[in-house]
Amino acid sequence: MSDLYEALVKIVGEDYVSNQKEERYFYGRDPGLMSPHEPDYVVMPKTTEEIQEIVRLANKEKTPVVPKGAGLALTGLVIPQKGGIVLDMKRMERILEVNEKARYVIVEGGTTHGVLKSYLQKHYPTLRHSIPDSPPIATVVANAMIHGQGRLTQQRGFNSDMVSGLEVVLPTGEICRIGSCSVSSYWFSKGAPLPDLTGLFLGWFGTTGIITKLALKLYPCKKIRDVMLFLTDRAELVPDIVLKLAHSEMMEDIVISAQPIPLRFKGNFYILVFITGDSGEEIEFKRKMAWDALWEYFESRDGGFVSITPDMKAPMMAMPSKDTTRFADVRKGGGFEYSGPIAPIETYPDFVRKLEELASNYNLSYASAARVIDGGHCMMFSFSYTFNRADPDEMDRAKKALDEAAEFSLEHGGVIWKPNIDEQKMMMARMDPNTLNLMGKIKELLDPNGIMNPGNWETK
Amino acid sequence: MFELSFDKRKCLACRTCDCLTKCQYIDLDRDKARLEWQKIIKGEDSFVLEDCVTCYACEEYCPSGNHPFYLIVERQEEKGILPSPRPIITMWINQCEPVGRFVVGMVQEKALSFCFLPVFNLLVRGKLFEDIAWSSIFGQEFFCNAVYLHYAKMSVIKDRLPRIVENIEKQGIKELICLHDECYGTFTSLAPAYGIEVPFKPIHYYEYLYDKLKEYKDEIRPLNVKVAYQRNCSARLVPETEHFVDDILGLIGADRVEREYDRENALCCAELIRMAKGYALADDVQKRNIDDMVKVGAKYCVFNCPACWDSLAEKVAKRGIKPIHMIEICKLAIGEKPALEV
Repeated sequence: MSDLYEALVKIVGEDYVSNQKEERYFYGRDPGLMSPHEPDYVVMPKTTEEIQEIVRLANKEKTPVVPKGAGLALTGLVIPQKGGIVLDMKRMERILEVNEKARYVIVEGGTTHGVLKSYLQKHYPTLRHSIPDSPPIATVVANAMIHGQGRLTQQRGFNSDMVSGLEVVLPTGEICRIGSCSVSSYWFSKGAPLPDLTGLFLGWFGTTGIITKLALKLYPCKKIRDVMLFLTDRAELVPDIVLKLAHSEMMEDIVISAQPIPLRFKGNFYILVFITGDSGEEIEFKRKMAWDALWEYFESRDGGFVSITPDMKAPMMAMPSKDTTRFADVRKGGGFEYSGPIAPIETYPDFVRKLEELASNYNLSYASAARVIDGGHCMMFSFSYTFNRADPDEMDRAKKALDEAAEFSLEHGGVIWKPNIDEQKMMMARMDPNTLNLMGKIKELLDPNGIMNPGNWETK
Repeated sequence: MFELSFDKRKCLACRTCDCLTKCQYIDLDRDKARLEWQKIIKGEDSFVLEDCVTCYACEEYCPSGNHPFYLIVERQEEKGILPSPRPIITMWINQCEPVGRFVVGMVQEKALSFCFLPVFNLLVRGKLFEDIAWSSIFGQEFFCNAVYLHYAKMSVIKDRLPRIVENIEKQGIKELICLHDECYGTFTSLAPAYGIEVPFKPIHYYEYLYDKLKEYKDEIRPLNVKVAYQRNCSARLVPETEHFVDDILGLIGADRVEREYDRENALCCAELIRMAKGYALADDVQKRNIDDMVKVGAKYCVFNCPACWDSLAEKVAKRGIKPIHMIEICKLAIGEKPALEV
């Protein structure tokens, strides 16, 4: 066994280090289309101090370190491009504190959304967090770090906007607290009134440090939650429909689906509108507000609210939604990836046309779900294609379609969400040079040996 | 193409124009009704075509069986009138399109039609169905398509119905027990009105239930409850089956209380009205209907149609009335537990 392996064993114990082929195989890939690359070691730390020791060791050995949550980004962000150590965070899964009155929770770096959801439902039923539509094993930290979105994103912004404090192990091994918790025992603010330093860590895909604790804002969990479904067959109306709904400031979440199967979806855009309330009257009021907001489309017969049967409603109400998982296996063989630009809602008609065009050109099954962000400032639009993993040709076509979608998104004003390394290069090629230079300086300052998740955000 | 059997001479001779004067959603006196109806017959514009909520009731009101509602639907389609927003109509047309997926049980000559309503799989349980539950058909391939009457798409019905009939016949079915009025109405009213041959015998499930209950007569424990009956739109296509409601409820000791909005004056569940005309009218219709049930002291609201259930069950429950499907109240009377709950 190598010295590094022995050193890692000394830090976390033998049971939590591996350099065996099967672990290296598993940790060398994700469910998306990016090429695999195996790590040399897989380590599962339990404490911040263990991570600190691992990072110091990696610096000494100039070995890459890749922190990993559930690895569900699909864009290869935790594939260790240059080998080294993958830090699997799942043993750091505790919920450390809930402050019911200041409405935040502090979790460890590997705590999952599923565990947090269950915990809040059981112990704090009047509070909730923004649950993303990824499987429940997605971690709170990784989701915030990629600027994920969730069920409260329409009202509250990106899930990363809901962060109210961090504990980070810097690439040089120091443990650093970010936000109000740096001067107070309360974790109520990620920055204000101090300089907001969370921007040094969120969106960097682990290239600037390892988040070991995160405080997340919690929001009222109303007693009743319901969904309305508005249909239109005109893509060009979608932006105004969405903005009219958002204008009411009554809607919890707004998601627009476009897909040709099941057949009930064909030819229409499905706009799911979620509402919440503490009483039937509150729900009814919000329902009427939604109707009134879209009355002109109803009168013109270009759109309307469709009554939802219980069998339709159940999957719509599920948190997280299981639709993505179902879609992932449409072609059988379990392959699925999407390019998800963040873009102004006015681009929706162009994006949906491109989605269909690429599906047709590359003979792929497609779907799209667009989630409205922060009251309509922008949306996440997914170009989603499914493929059979046993069919290399289909995988190749899917990759080409997604690359084209990414180019198209950038050309039309979008910014690619959780970009893979090729898409990162596309964006950096377009980026303001001074911004790119600043990013480079920040990375160099924080990670002088370039050990943190190398290959990502390589500014030079 | 199949043509509607409609005799305009019957309308010319009609003194009452009940089809429109009895309408609960459009207010017309006899003279105005006759005028508008003549416009419809001639293929001219009439506000009735726009304002129709597609409740089907005029099919029942017409004393001559002249199919006024089918004519309205034809005229709406000819004129491109959209009773509901276009995307909703598209959704319905697409989701029920036959795709070659036959969902069949161990089908015998006598079979149950679940229409395209999966809830029947829950309802058709227990002693009342023990001899036949496994002989069933379900899904798009057997879907009667009558729903397109709500959407001014008679062309879809005329296109799909012959294939549906053929699909059923190919299963070797001689007698089809329709668990939904919509199917029974399609095979006994709509198809004959268009000269579409039905080579099997449709049986309304009320008739089946009534006969079965008689077999279990000794096990019936009279319920001794007041019930309000929620009559559905497609019941208007088959008013001849209406007596079974009284027969069944009488057999199980349930009192179908007389109320304003029952029988010919029934109000529809209004969910179609919501999609077609908006929430104000739908809410008003539902409120009047449920207020009426409460006023007469009904303990149960008995449903025939699963779509009415989806629309009203929770709302009647909130007003202290137990929703129950007709099949389930029969089960209750012979000591079995209902499957559906709100």
